[in-house]
Amino acid sequence: MWIQAWNYLLKHSDKIITWTLQHLYIILVANAMAAVLGILIGIYISGKGREQLADTVIYLASIMMTIPSLALYGILMGILSALTLPSIGFLPVVIALTLYGLLPIIRNTYTAIREVDPALIEAGRGMGMSELQILVKVKLPLSVPVIMAGLRQAIVMNIGIAAIGSYIGAGGLGQPIFRGIANYRVDLIIVGAIFVSLLAIIIDLIMSRVEWLTTPKGLRIRGRRND
Amino acid sequence: MIKLKHVTKIYPDGTEAVKDLSLEINKGEFCIFLGPSGCGKTTSMKMINRLIPLTSGKIYIDDVDIMKLNPNELRRGIGYAIQNIGLFPHLTVEENIATVPMLKKWPKAKQHDRAAELLELVGMEPATFLDRYPSELSGGQQQRVGVARCLGADPPILLMDEPFGAIDPITRNKLQEEFLKIQSKIKKTIAFVTHDINEAIKMGDKIALLREGELVQYSDPATLLNSPKDEFVRNFVGADRVLKSLRLYRAKDIMKDPPLKVKEGDNVAKVKQHMEKEMLKWAMLVDEKNRFLGWITHEDLMSGKPLREVMVPPAITTAPETPLNEALSMMFNSAIGNLAVVDDYGKLLGVLTFEIIRTILAQSESKNKNKSGGQVR
Repeated sequence: MWIQAWNYLLKHSDKIITWTLQHLYIILVANAMAAVLGILIGIYISGKGREQLADTVIYLASIMMTIPSLALYGILMGILSALTLPSIGFLPVVIALTLYGLLPIIRNTYTAIREVDPALIEAGRGMGMSELQILVKVKLPLSVPVIMAGLRQAIVMNIGIAAIGSYIGAGGLGQPIFRGIANYRVDLIIVGAIFVSLLAIIIDLIMSRVEWLTTPKGLRIRGRRND
Repeated sequence: MIKLKHVTKIYPDGTEAVKDLSLEINKGEFCIFLGPSGCGKTTSMKMINRLIPLTSGKIYIDDVDIMKLNPNELRRGIGYAIQNIGLFPHLTVEENIATVPMLKKWPKAKQHDRAAELLELVGMEPATFLDRYPSELSGGQQQRVGVARCLGADPPILLMDEPFGAIDPITRNKLQEEFLKIQSKIKKTIAFVTHDINEAIKMGDKIALLREGELVQYSDPATLLNSPKDEFVRNFVGADRVLKSLRLYRAKDIMKDPPLKVKEGDNVAKVKQHMEKEMLKWAMLVDEKNRFLGWITHEDLMSGKPLREVMVPPAITTAPETPLNEALSMMFNSAIGNLAVVDDYGKLLGVLTFEIIRTILAQSESKNKNKSGGQVR
């Protein structure tokens, strides 16, 4: 059956490319939204006197993570059809993935900003930075590595969940897997499974590179002291 | 000039951190806020740039009520250095130093030039260090950059919260010396917080000693040492305050000319004769450029060998800026009990002897008894 899978791969490479691109598209749209929303929410709840709110938001986001993906798709389909929006395919999957991606991003943004050395914030304030300048010039640059780690975690996690989205017609690399299960075609299952895994591994590698590239240079260098 | 008038700070939890504090820091004066932890010294300092809002009272800078100014504008006009240095790790040394110029929207080129100039001022090579990151610097270098940063936009006033607190004693000593040298050039009005009496005596023109939020004594270091106002001050200053007063002097202030200075080529017999006539036990040998070579004792001359061969090379010499307490310790290491004061090129400037120091201590002690004690510096 491995040989069959190999033959399928050779014969239907165009299909596999289409599924992979669909998969990537879903992931990118959903995680871009999750990143924008998550970082904004993370920044907002890290503000002074919002500890209570922060606890609540992070609690809600972690509850979201406990909902099985199929159940969440179901709930979203219900809501979307009530709003007369497309209730199957791309939209519910993208919304679900956005919601799943929020927790790691919000949590990491919040934690990173809260853990910036208070001495640096005081130095900034003491030199006459406004609160906005402290956020933009001190807190955020120092938080970038941790925020990026959250984003990476969200993307890699969502690659798996997006595969299940094929079940409600969103396309992507879940397609051959579900089709294989329905038709006793192990070769299809293998092709889908391998490609989803490969995609996750490659994206993880790319993201670790992005994490490194976006980290301010001064935070990368350690050691090299003299005197 | 900074003027604090009946300043009080009560924290929301009811702690009265500063009680009715009134004092003036004159233009160009180095004022130390000194006291045990929890005495309100840091709170007092941070109220000057409004990092901590005052509960009541007024603070004036050049006769302007600070509450009438925009806090960020106010702070950009006041240099600020903190104990943990607080250099921004994601910014280069240049960007760190140019923080306030950047906030003030100076042109980029001017920011760069200013950063280079300040780095040079604190004794670091701009070409080497401007593009480095704080994590690439040693603790002492970070402190220097911290000092340079608080001078960024050339503010007339500096607030410094134990800026030399977080480093080893040797480096701290060096940085204190250097900062004093810088201050003698730039003449800023400085409010400097420390809990270290030795640092206070060494650095300050004036010392404000606080206890539980109240100003106990506000005077120059010599008066604080010689005429402590009450038991608390006496205890805080310490039983060794007479010895501490040695810090008020520097080698150059009290050194004397050598009783006899001889050159390498001088005739041994004549030198010997001269010393016997003047009843001198020792003389100082210099080369033709007046660089100090070593000590000549009368006994060593008995052999009749050339001066260069009989001289005792100095185990240690000192710079003119050395505080007297340090010079005294060095004297115990000196072969002959005296200490040669030389400049950077090794040229002989003068000599310190135990006798000179004894005289100084006796003076300080008698001043103490007379309760006078003006500052001798």
